[in-house]
Amino acid sequence: MPAPVKVAILGTGNIGADLLMKLRAVDEVEVALFAGIDPASEGLARAAKLGVPTSHRGLDDILADEDIRIVFDATSAYAHREAAPRLEAAGKIAVDLTPAAVGPLVVPAVNLEEHASAPNVNLITCGGQATIPIVAAINDVAPLRYAEMVSTIASLSAGPGTRKNIDEFTFTTARAIERVGGAQEGKAIMILNPAEPAILMRNTLYAVPASGTLDEAAVRVAVDARVAEVAAYVPGYRCKSVLIDEQDTRWGRVPVAVVLLEVEGAGDFLPAYAGNLDIMTAAACRIGRRIAEELSAGVPA
Amino acid sequence: MSTQKQAPLVCDTTLRDGSHPMRHQFTAEQVEAIARALDAAGVEMIEVAHGDGLGGSSLQYGQSAHDELDLIERAAASVTQARIAVLLIPGIGTRVALKAAHERGATAVRIATHCTEADVSEQHFAAAKDLGMEAIGFLMMSHMLEPGALAEQAAKMTGYGADAIYIVDSAGALVPQGVRDRVEALTAVTGDVGFHAHNNLGLAIGNTVAAIEAGAARVDGCLRGLGAGAGNAATELLAATLDRMGFDSPLDTFALSDAAEHVVLPLMPFQPFPDRESMAIGYAGVYSTFLLHAKRHGERLGIDPRDILVELGRRKAVAGQEDWIVDVAEDLARAAAAPA
Repeated sequence: MPAPVKVAILGTGNIGADLLMKLRAVDEVEVALFAGIDPASEGLARAAKLGVPTSHRGLDDILADEDIRIVFDATSAYAHREAAPRLEAAGKIAVDLTPAAVGPLVVPAVNLEEHASAPNVNLITCGGQATIPIVAAINDVAPLRYAEMVSTIASLSAGPGTRKNIDEFTFTTARAIERVGGAQEGKAIMILNPAEPAILMRNTLYAVPASGTLDEAAVRVAVDARVAEVAAYVPGYRCKSVLIDEQDTRWGRVPVAVVLLEVEGAGDFLPAYAGNLDIMTAAACRIGRRIAEELSAGVPA
Repeated sequence: MSTQKQAPLVCDTTLRDGSHPMRHQFTAEQVEAIARALDAAGVEMIEVAHGDGLGGSSLQYGQSAHDELDLIERAAASVTQARIAVLLIPGIGTRVALKAAHERGATAVRIATHCTEADVSEQHFAAAKDLGMEAIGFLMMSHMLEPGALAEQAAKMTGYGADAIYIVDSAGALVPQGVRDRVEALTAVTGDVGFHAHNNLGLAIGNTVAAIEAGAARVDGCLRGLGAGAGNAATELLAATLDRMGFDSPLDTFALSDAAEHVVLPLMPFQPFPDRESMAIGYAGVYSTFLLHAKRHGERLGIDPRDILVELGRRKAVAGQEDWIVDVAEDLARAAAAPA
């Protein structure tokens, strides 16, 4: 087995902390630096206690370490737009967990192979990671005229970044339903629910075939297979129901595939209800492993 | 004359909340006729949009028969004095949609969040202010939050630039004392408190009167009560009530009752009423728009819609969660099919 590929995490908030726990369990990579910009951050102190090298000089210290090959950016879209060209110039591959979308949009269960050697990949949104695999799966069976997703997340799991930029969730997810999922038209809705105890992340997908007909058995087989593929890297990902519902739409009365999905977080650092954050870090981890394989394959033993 | 009290501003939302019982099928001609009648009867603000606000046309809530931006434009062209308002629920509508609505003639926006989630609205208030629009906060499902905590959420919205804040009884679950307590609590953070009623417990007019007596400066109505669940406070009844309360109201009561009878009643698919399902919505405290969706899925699966609504209340569903109706209905159907 080749030596692990050295990686860094930029951003020491909840996402960075959860990603750190997940990446430490991956043999193919070694977290060589956990970097933020606030020396007093709790995340840095926790990482240091685990024996992980840390820095409060953020991107500068990551760029200074030539051995770091992959950088997971868990900061903000604004910060990532600044960081992206510097990372690329330094020959480091960026796995972007912000909504910046500098690089291609990637969902591991849909198009990871296509972008395994891209210099920068973007993870879209939590709702995108949860629903686009199913959009693509149904689109393979019956090309879709339209796909719409509704994400409901626990209020406690929506941080200030999400709250201040809720429109960006809508725009980015809708666009990715089209570009990555393959539907002709995408739409996204997000709802915050403050119930206590906190609800698990829920996602509902409505998919309308261009042909106006749906083979229910084929849809079920495709959805079940794709759910298993996602669950291989997001263990708490499951499908609650698949139904074909005749609905009055702007294309007349047509069959609509309705898929109810649930994401329970792994509880690595974040609580189990935060499936919305877990699916992002789990997808990032899956992408990181694949890129590490690619890098190791290119290095003479 | 001068001894009369100034009446609260009445916003008619037949063309927005009424979109729910209309299953979002309003035509341009209907919108023009209703807007014209409201304007002629002295209504100063008319809300026009999909029932779930800008961008609400979806499979989750029901797709609009006609583009809401066209309907907004037609309404704006049909009035002489009334201002056209839109609803925007962050997470559904965006500031891009708001800008488009403004270009088509909307000059006010009601920015709606669940009562505990005011901080998702900051970018939309900023966008509304940039466009020079009147920006009104709309705290939905207000029965779910105690008055003091509700006032804290209202304070966030005033901090983002809200010109007024509504207490929105989306579930029609409040009783008059709960309305008074909330209006009084919000008066501490804004001088312009509004109240939006639903009639699920038969209290739409009574609660609106309680709000006005406690100091509310704005209230909502719909002609013939055409709105989600058991409907809203009927605008024509509000006009009559304001007259009898001794307010100097700009509304022409009989013109509104004519519009209710001759313009709206003929196009209504049914008269919203606190029947067994709508009453259950108020009693269980769930979003009024769940009514028709719960009936449809109940019928599809052979389940009592009231059981679906009560279970949604137990799960603490909030505004916009129509997909949970499918989930609950499927769960209840599975439970019913399981061997005892």
